[in-house]
Amino acid sequence: MSLVNAIVQGIFLGAFYAVLACGLSIMFGVMRIINLAHGDVAVLGAYLTFVVVERTGASAFVAFAVALPVMLLLGYVLQLTVLERSLKSGILTPLLATFGLSIVIQNLLLVAFSPDVRSLGGSAGAFTTASWHVTGELSISALGVLVLVVAVVVFGALQLFLSYTRPGWAMRATAEDPDAAELVGIDSRSVYARATALAVAIAALGGLFLGIRSVFDPVSGPTQLIFAFEAVVIGGMGSLWGTLLGGIALGLAQTLGAQLHPQFSVLAGHLLFLAVLVARFGGARLTLRLAR
Amino acid sequence: MSLLEVAELDCRYGLLQAVRGVSFEVAQGEILALIGANGAGKTTLLRSIAGAHRPHTGKVSFDGADVTRLPAHRRVSLGIALVPEGRRLFPTLTVEENLRVAAVSHRRGRWNVQAVLDAFPLLQARRKVPAANLSGGEQQAVAIGRALMSNPRLLLLDEVSLGLAPVVVDAVYRSLIEVIQEGVTVLLVEQDLTRALRVAGRVICMLEGRVVLQGEAKALDRDRVVAAYFGLRRPAVGGAPA
Amino acid sequence: MKVQRWTRTSMLFTSGTGVVALALASVPLIFDSDVVQKLTNLLILVILAAMWNALAGYGGLLSVGQQAFIGVGAYGTVFFAGLGVSPYVAMLLAMVLAGAVSVPISLFALRLRAAQFAIGMWVIAEVISILVRLDKNLGAGTGISLIQMNQYAPNFRQAYTFWMALGFAVLFLAALFFLLRSPLGASLQAIRDDEDAARSLGVRVASRKRLLFVLAGFGCGAAGVLIVANTLFIEPGSAFSVQWSAYMIFMVLVGGLGTFEGPILGAILLFAVQTIFTQGGPWYLVGLGATAALFALLLPRGLWGAIEERLGLRLMPVGYRVVTSSKQEEASA
Repeated sequence: MSLVNAIVQGIFLGAFYAVLACGLSIMFGVMRIINLAHGDVAVLGAYLTFVVVERTGASAFVAFAVALPVMLLLGYVLQLTVLERSLKSGILTPLLATFGLSIVIQNLLLVAFSPDVRSLGGSAGAFTTASWHVTGELSISALGVLVLVVAVVVFGALQLFLSYTRPGWAMRATAEDPDAAELVGIDSRSVYARATALAVAIAALGGLFLGIRSVFDPVSGPTQLIFAFEAVVIGGMGSLWGTLLGGIALGLAQTLGAQLHPQFSVLAGHLLFLAVLVARFGGARLTLRLAR
Repeated sequence: MSLLEVAELDCRYGLLQAVRGVSFEVAQGEILALIGANGAGKTTLLRSIAGAHRPHTGKVSFDGADVTRLPAHRRVSLGIALVPEGRRLFPTLTVEENLRVAAVSHRRGRWNVQAVLDAFPLLQARRKVPAANLSGGEQQAVAIGRALMSNPRLLLLDEVSLGLAPVVVDAVYRSLIEVIQEGVTVLLVEQDLTRALRVAGRVICMLEGRVVLQGEAKALDRDRVVAAYFGLRRPAVGGAPA
Repeated sequence: MKVQRWTRTSMLFTSGTGVVALALASVPLIFDSDVVQKLTNLLILVILAAMWNALAGYGGLLSVGQQAFIGVGAYGTVFFAGLGVSPYVAMLLAMVLAGAVSVPISLFALRLRAAQFAIGMWVIAEVISILVRLDKNLGAGTGISLIQMNQYAPNFRQAYTFWMALGFAVLFLAALFFLLRSPLGASLQAIRDDEDAARSLGVRVASRKRLLFVLAGFGCGAAGVLIVANTLFIEPGSAFSVQWSAYMIFMVLVGGLGTFEGPILGAILLFAVQTIFTQGGPWYLVGLGATAALFALLLPRGLWGAIEERLGLRLMPVGYRVVTSSKQEEASA
């Protein structure tokens, strides 16, 4: 595969990671929570879409439209039951509670569906396997372009929401100062629930793309979580557009890593993530000081 | 009938008692000043009236209804608005967005964005500026305006003059007095004794969580107020203060 | 009024633990190797729980990546044994390797805040897992056996492994015990209660945390060593699995985060659950995850923490009691 092709594929892959990461970024931005069950929520969304496809024979995209309101509701419920309580306790509680939730979701999916891998590729339409062969070595897939366009649209819509609508300002206000937000009449509980609902719905969209691009099974969640988190961190935690860029950077790292050696792709992404962490937090002050 | 009634209010932070057995009433249209040294419990008291702090025991009634357990955002829709200590604007939101986000309670009244800008002319030119880039005086104006956007019946002001140059405070109070004269009930916490006594009809002085002095501003002489403020007892003839 | 360290209960109990350790040592002589293998598993769980608690309960460090050190311990054993070193010596070397590896990792990891630390450690575990997978000498993705253990008869092998597990468990619990009783321990409690306040008092927060981190590196490495010694086969998918973190979180949350006795209770509970639900399967994991989450939300101090609060009971003397002339009052955490 040529370098240019690798870069193009990297951007497409990265756009997918950005969609996966978007919800994680929203929840962190608004509530300072990292939802360790985020990947599993995306996979849950994929399964929900899958069920609708199986039952009705509809295309994956139509099925997703049906699954979407369910996921939105799920997000609301998740916030009002689990996450709200964990917000009030320490910093570690949300991590611990969502980790437990992650295991619950994975294993409930195992019970409901078998460990077999599933895919939504078959029902997504011929268009998703089409591609343009620009040159002998460079081909641009329709699916890749679709995901990239959707990613830009989703991030753009979010930006518009946050910049120009009153609920958007309320969300930013609550993110910046929840106490003061309450004092001006904003119901912070409701804002948080909305943010989680959005995050879960966009995660489900990520799940849809996961199912179309490749396969998924009940325990695919943790892998998606790691990629999503890496994208958020690489792009800068708390920055919305940073998450899009971070996702693309991660995608590029993986495809370029694969150029070196097929088994290096995920590793390259991990190394980029760790390098960013070192640069941002480790700095030049790495000194060895054991117990003095 | 009094608009606000506070009865035997007791507020704590963990084991620390910030407000002890405080009771008072505020009549409609009144301007009540709450004075006292740092740590006297004034901010905590204001915050419990606004709903940002849950009292340990005691009762807060607004317009006859018990609001003690009501969350802050619900009290805003009833007509209570707090301008918090330190302004607490939303930093990345512009002046206009800060104002408009506070209209979420949809209370009817004469206050909207334009009305606030008219009342605080210094903000006219700064409409689209993010709050983090405003000067102290501008921030205070926005903070007051933000509270007004919910068309409150009871306006709570916490240390409006804190951290501002006297000239700036003058300007803020000038605009504030115009607002007050329109009939909204005001409960203000103010460190500047002179200003407090000049603006308010009635004064309450707090010390270590308790009310130690209450009375008409005109009727109280300064020495008495200062003594209550610092917790000095009246010296016996020839003796030293306790 | 005096400040008391030992109470009658704790004196009784501490001498009791010595008796228990001796009793446990005789297990391989009494029971058959099936039971011995199971009890070795219990000891592995105890070590893991104690170490995760050392990190999270005493250091405030929530790691979802301790499986990195478990894997290093396991694969280290295979590696050293493959070099021709006697298997049990290889195990000791592997544990040391795991501890050694934790030092450079700590330089960078300990600067990370809560979520970055948690997932950062997970990613480090994944990186090591991928590197191991690439090495054909270590069995690549399909796994490798510790064949060097075949030189021992199964009964003896099981017994030696059990005694090694017991030795490690006693070693790490004792290390933790003395750590907590030392001035270091008091500063750890302070860090846990309020890091900034502790720092302002001159407590060297960073080096304290590093000590815990490295101890946990050794401990989880020892657990990994024992795992491969007990099952004789290891593959990257299970050695570096995040499932280990799930178990550790469950044991410590349910047993009692931040207490000394809690993790041991949690390990016993998990062991009991695993023994009852031998066929494993998803439902028992659903229960595990749900229980951990519920404890995190509703009972953050775990079962032992609740017992401690209710009964004022403390079996191991790691705290202080202020005894007034009229009645006893618990004065510290």
